[in-house]
Amino acid sequence: MSLLLDMLSAACLLAGSFLCITGGIGLIRMPDFFARVHAAGVTETLATPLLLFGLMLQMDWSLDLLKVVMIMIFVLATNPTATHATAKAALHGGLKPLVSEDDPNDTGEPSSKP
Amino acid sequence: MHYLVVSIFLAVFWVLLSGYFTGLLLGLGALSVLLVVWFVRRMDQTDKEPGRLYPGPALFGYWFWLLWCVVKSNIDLARRIWHPRLPIQPCWCRLDTRVETPLEKTLYANSITLTPGTLTTDIKEDHFMIHALSQEGVEELREGEMERRILRLKV
Repeated sequence: MSLLLDMLSAACLLAGSFLCITGGIGLIRMPDFFARVHAAGVTETLATPLLLFGLMLQMDWSLDLLKVVMIMIFVLATNPTATHATAKAALHGGLKPLVSEDDPNDTGEPSSKP
Repeated sequence: MHYLVVSIFLAVFWVLLSGYFTGLLLGLGALSVLLVVWFVRRMDQTDKEPGRLYPGPALFGYWFWLLWCVVKSNIDLARRIWHPRLPIQPCWCRLDTRVETPLEKTLYANSITLTPGTLTTDIKEDHFMIHALSQEGVEELREGEMERRILRLKV
């Protein structure tokens, strides 16, 4: 049982670490600010919960376990708000998203629509 | 009634975080709870339309469905990032929506942002502005499964 938990925990920690690296690579490879925001999202939305879950499996039943659960909930609850605020601030500051040319649904100037 | 629920929630939160049951710490906790409830009351008077979201079975069901969506889109995005040719088609477009109440809008916009690959940049009266890394992401949102699930919550 303990071996099974250890293996599950190791798998979660490894997957979380891999996704953290993926987010970093994405941050470098992506072409513009808005695309980078998506890449950074990988580290917050799945990598962090996986790492925390992997840590939880190593812990005993205690208050500390509950605190880690709370950290997970707070990360997941605040991440979209912060991401939205960052993107909106960038738009407000006059940064226009890079869009691909072969995109049929591209509207170009969306905010001017009613 | 609402303030009672808030007080109980905050008190439980304090006890869980502190874990000490000495008179001084419990007293400080009670004081903090009263202070926060007073703040909440003042905020409600400023904010004329306070949205209240009590977690119920339906909301937990939605959260698990959302978690599954987040996992799926994370795998998709990780695949795109590691792909040698970086197969992304960034687009910034309009998403028409039927959600109406402020709480539904918040929930929907945050759910869109939480799934990697799609990002809400603006919230208007009857539509959102979405930035997406791929056309498929926008198509999936336009199919409207997430929207239907949020409307079904009746928040």
